[in-house]
Amino acid sequence: MTTSLAPFPVEKIRKEFPILTQKMNDQAFVYLDNAATSQKPLAVIERLSKFYRNENANIHRGVYTFSQNSTRECEEAREKIQHFLNAKESAEIIFVRGATEAINLVAATFGRKFLKKDDEILISEIEHHANIVPWQQLAEEKGLKLRVIPVKDNGELDLEAYEKMLGPRTYLVAITQVSNSLGTINPVREMIKAAHHAGAVVLVDGAQAVPHMKVDVQDLDCDFYVFSGHKVYGPTGVGVLYGKRKHLEAMPPYQTGGDMIESVTFEKTTFAKIPAKFEAGTPAFAEIIGLGTAIDYLKSLGLDEINRYEHELLEYATEKLSKIPGLTIIGTAPDKASLISFELEGIHPHDVGTVLDQYGIAVRAGHHCAQPTMKRFGVPATTRASFAFYNTKAEIDVLVKGIEKVIQVFK
Amino acid sequence: MIPGGEVKLNDLYQEVILDHNKRPRNFKKIEDANASSHGKNPLCGDDYYLYLKKDTSGVIREAGFTGQGCAISKSSASIMMTLIEGKSAVEAEKLKDAFIKLLTGDSVDEALRAEVGKLKIFEGVRQFPVRVKCAALIWRTLEDALKNNSTQEVSTE
Repeated sequence: MTTSLAPFPVEKIRKEFPILTQKMNDQAFVYLDNAATSQKPLAVIERLSKFYRNENANIHRGVYTFSQNSTRECEEAREKIQHFLNAKESAEIIFVRGATEAINLVAATFGRKFLKKDDEILISEIEHHANIVPWQQLAEEKGLKLRVIPVKDNGELDLEAYEKMLGPRTYLVAITQVSNSLGTINPVREMIKAAHHAGAVVLVDGAQAVPHMKVDVQDLDCDFYVFSGHKVYGPTGVGVLYGKRKHLEAMPPYQTGGDMIESVTFEKTTFAKIPAKFEAGTPAFAEIIGLGTAIDYLKSLGLDEINRYEHELLEYATEKLSKIPGLTIIGTAPDKASLISFELEGIHPHDVGTVLDQYGIAVRAGHHCAQPTMKRFGVPATTRASFAFYNTKAEIDVLVKGIEKVIQVFK
Repeated sequence: MIPGGEVKLNDLYQEVILDHNKRPRNFKKIEDANASSHGKNPLCGDDYYLYLKKDTSGVIREAGFTGQGCAISKSSASIMMTLIEGKSAVEAEKLKDAFIKLLTGDSVDEALRAEVGKLKIFEGVRQFPVRVKCAALIWRTLEDALKNNSTQEVSTE
């Protein structure tokens, strides 16, 4: 006998996201651009509002109560994220502006200090520009070799090719856990193991993974892990760099100034210990606190439950979209997060997006900051629908009707 | 679907525009062109090459284009092909200026509609501000091609 799982309470959850009752172009707002940014639950909106109304005070060094409270709340948020990622200690959690800044930080500090001429950096063919350009710049500056792990026609990485590329010259592997343009979930745990076997350090771009699945940085054994707050139901302007203590301690600071020093004289400055060493200047403290609330919210829903429900949405949408004549899904890896990139024969994605917009449907049309991926799949751009746990099958039906309308306009 | 959205879409994607998108005119490279330019909007991926063959007095005798992009950019280019052959550089420039005014000016009057002729079907683009650059791309490319020293790459983003 099997016990059936309780259905995911999506209708109840939708009530917690005020924007979902909005209209766009006089139509019910169907938000399917979650891979670009997520909507915010009331808990986060109210936490920010309460903070700014009643609690606002800068962190650190304040002797008065409100400042001490802010400082404590920020540190609590750091601990929440530590547990969320299962990091060994909260000092390994560095607050940055977003995943992009986190990668730039690692490239500019770890990369600049340790990588030497002719060392190799491996990235994959399905990276976001944020996980390409910082390495490319570093490679140019230091005479490194940037090598690209190829992707197969279905959107899976070619792991055999990857293993062959790993070698004594590989210093760093920088890979995404989930592709933002195809949805592919990469087997990063196995990839990290292989990289470590070859003596390489691994950075994982988790921007598209953290909203959808449980992440355990100790189990993955990654050296660095990065994500953005706004994609995980938190505020904009805050993100996280996780790094193993040994790396963070060996790295020079990224930016210098206030809050990251131990002592300053005009002759010499000694830097603070981690995490403060990497947090120069006033951070986005209200947003950090809001991100902590977002993490609490996600935990209250349960990442496994979210994952299961989103997978249901993905399967439903894949089945429905596959039936539309002239529609080709780009990225059909067996293991995918809840997003679908597609092409409509003879219709440019921007025309698709414009028509869908008039039906209240928000999708992304373009290259998704992944031009090399687009080139690999021979398309200038795709239309991308990405789903969150507050989306419904009924909304996918609206998308399907919208696409049928697009085809009708351009037939 | 409320009528508003449908009306706007019908204004944007008029039959003539859809027809030019499907069957672009002069969609070819002109091998012996003596003026050309490349128009590219990297963010949205519209990407066209424009070729002109001018005679000794500067009149455009032949025009052609190649490339790819959305329905608005492609039909704008295709309709341009039907309008600029036989025009002098000055006349083509004047038409370009009027067309840009149709897309981005504060208002459109009958005089302007008359001046742009069949390009007036792009008036609906005004309701879609993010798509203005699509309609304008090939005309900025023309502007560049007509210069004595083309910059070789133009963008309207």
